[in-house]
Amino acid sequence: MKMAIRNGRVIDPASGLDQVQDVFIAAGRVVGLGTAPAEFHAGLEIDALGLVVCPGLVDMSLRLREPGLEYVAGLESEMQAASAGGITSLACPPDTDPPLDEPGLIEMLKFRARSMPGPRVYPVGALTHQLKGERLTEMGELHEAGCIAFSQADAPLIDTAVLFHAMEYAASFDLPVWLRPEDPFLARGGVAHDGLVAARLGLPAIPVPAETVALQTILLLMRQTGARVHISRLSSRAAVDMVRQAKLEGLPVTCDVAVHHVHLSEMDTADFNPHCHLVPPLRSLRDRDAIRQALAEGVIDAICSDHAPVDEDVKERPFQEAEPGATGAELLLPLTLRWGREAGLSLVQTLDRVTQRPARIMGVDAGFVRVGGPADLCVFDPEGGWQVSAESLRSLGKNSPYLGHEMLGRVHYTVIDGHLDYRRT
Amino acid sequence: MTAKMTSNLQLTADGRLRHLLTLDGLPKRILTEILDTAQSFVSVGERDVKKVPLLRGKAVFNVFFENSTRTRTTFEIAAKRLSADVVNLNVNASSQSKGETLLDTVSNLSAMLADMFVVRHSAAGAAHLIARHVAPHIHVINAGDGRSAHPTQGLLDMFTIRHYKGDFHNLRVAIVGDVLHSRVARSQIHALTTLGCPEVRVIAPRTLLPRDVSGMGVHVFHRLEEGLKDVDVVMMLRLQNERMQGARLPSAGEYYKHWGLTPEKLKYARPDAIVMHPGPMNRGVEIDSAVADGGQSVILPQVTYGIAVRMAVMSLVAGANP
Repeated sequence: MKMAIRNGRVIDPASGLDQVQDVFIAAGRVVGLGTAPAEFHAGLEIDALGLVVCPGLVDMSLRLREPGLEYVAGLESEMQAASAGGITSLACPPDTDPPLDEPGLIEMLKFRARSMPGPRVYPVGALTHQLKGERLTEMGELHEAGCIAFSQADAPLIDTAVLFHAMEYAASFDLPVWLRPEDPFLARGGVAHDGLVAARLGLPAIPVPAETVALQTILLLMRQTGARVHISRLSSRAAVDMVRQAKLEGLPVTCDVAVHHVHLSEMDTADFNPHCHLVPPLRSLRDRDAIRQALAEGVIDAICSDHAPVDEDVKERPFQEAEPGATGAELLLPLTLRWGREAGLSLVQTLDRVTQRPARIMGVDAGFVRVGGPADLCVFDPEGGWQVSAESLRSLGKNSPYLGHEMLGRVHYTVIDGHLDYRRT
Repeated sequence: MTAKMTSNLQLTADGRLRHLLTLDGLPKRILTEILDTAQSFVSVGERDVKKVPLLRGKAVFNVFFENSTRTRTTFEIAAKRLSADVVNLNVNASSQSKGETLLDTVSNLSAMLADMFVVRHSAAGAAHLIARHVAPHIHVINAGDGRSAHPTQGLLDMFTIRHYKGDFHNLRVAIVGDVLHSRVARSQIHALTTLGCPEVRVIAPRTLLPRDVSGMGVHVFHRLEEGLKDVDVVMMLRLQNERMQGARLPSAGEYYKHWGLTPEKLKYARPDAIVMHPGPMNRGVEIDSAVADGGQSVILPQVTYGIAVRMAVMSLVAGANP
């Protein structure tokens, strides 16, 4: 169906565009900006007066909990949640049950995702068989089945030789490897940042070197193997500084941060709130501020939701026993906007971190608004307020540190592949 | 987001003690009130009929998810002296092993018409979680949660110090041993700093101290001789055998040599210094028998005062003033 989105403030971080104009869509593509192509008759007219029209959000870490964890959440609910959050492309990590380590699982997941509305789903394959860190997966086959990258998710990779060879092997196919740096020995048993709050509360701690030691290993192996590496979900100032330095040296490394780590710190765990039990742990205010700064500078490339729906039964437990993770698909946009506002950035700069940049790292045709480009769009009211609650969240994961909080930034329409996938009711 | 103070959960709207979860952030006036109330209960234990009717008709559930005969027994004695009905539950052995969640266990026990839960759990924050979910008339007392807090132990230690030293304002206090893994040490530090003790020291190898421990208002020493110099109170901590496996210590022998309290080491402290230990002791590991049984030891009085302090806490949270 042909569609016209009229009078919206069109923002495209890729081209720097920020202008009120109409967007014309046909056959899944943007066919006109400002002026309609000849003989264009829209079947659907959307009035976006006062709203922002931007590329659909691209999320580098969103757990759909399929296969194997459907009792917590599933494709249908989580893809709807993502769409309601303005996300049009997402990468799902391989930490499912079983893990995404066989082509058949990838094909099934892609088939299931295509059979229902919602964002484009890009699976990240397991780097090792069963994520056990012992044997390599069939990366070539998995790539052909649709994996865009390979990762260990949050599973430990203890044997450095396996990591080394996995990176070498991936580099043979020029396949990207996404790694969250964490030394499994230094992190063992820990649930909180090794700082004042953990000292006071007596929470088992994860020291910053758990991140930096592992990151240093990854960066050294990256230099040696020539592997394309993306660093997932940094948490500490020291690690951010290492990435900054590596980039200055010309190493083609990219990295992201989870949106909760842009705002929260160890201080938010001071009342044992299990919703603030996250992986990696929320660190000090200095760490958080360094993350915000690096994000503004572009040292950190992207913000991901790190969406992790968790069942109440395993969340409402004492902090250290609570299942880590927070729901994030519907908070990615408002929390990114909040960061941009607080950092004094333009919408073009702010939205860059959740559109163009992650799309480029993922190597997918998304994250921009351009004539001839895909019609994946998010139409939102930057001043639209809403309250985070079990009722307002579409995700089956109601686990959020922000329950009861007001958010600014409300998605009105999400267009995916030229179809109206979500409309605020 | 702003951090909510953990103490808010413990107080009623008009500032009285509702639950006792941690001494972190508890106001001085409450600590003093507990100590003063405990003082009035000491004499109850010295009478022929060791009972007062303050909690008559109330059901106190000792819910221990982690074994501890000693602490459970002192809570039981305290509740019985207040004339409460006491139910002891060793949950470790029953529902938890069947997969029941902590909150389900608590809901079930609430349905048995409990008025007060005394809870011990291996996870930090367990008592907070329960307190957040119980019905408004139920009171929760933390009998030890993970490494986090053991507030009644901290209070009985304060009671003991006050008994022997009178007041906190001129005292140097040293806490010796495995602070990192110790809920007792955390409660002691919070209580001492709140009560106005001008110098609290911790003495331990770096492997047994939290990284930001000085942020809790303590002076850090690694050598026992230096740390004990001129202190008025020495509070020893128990050393768990697991610390050798976790590569935090080479051996019990080396620990004893450097951090074990012997009569020679104790000479660095003031001559009238008292020596405390929360029990159970590892003689010959963190403390020499000559010190544990010596003239400066107040380890057994600590146990006796523990009952009066727990009576005070139970009666105060229940709003039953003696």
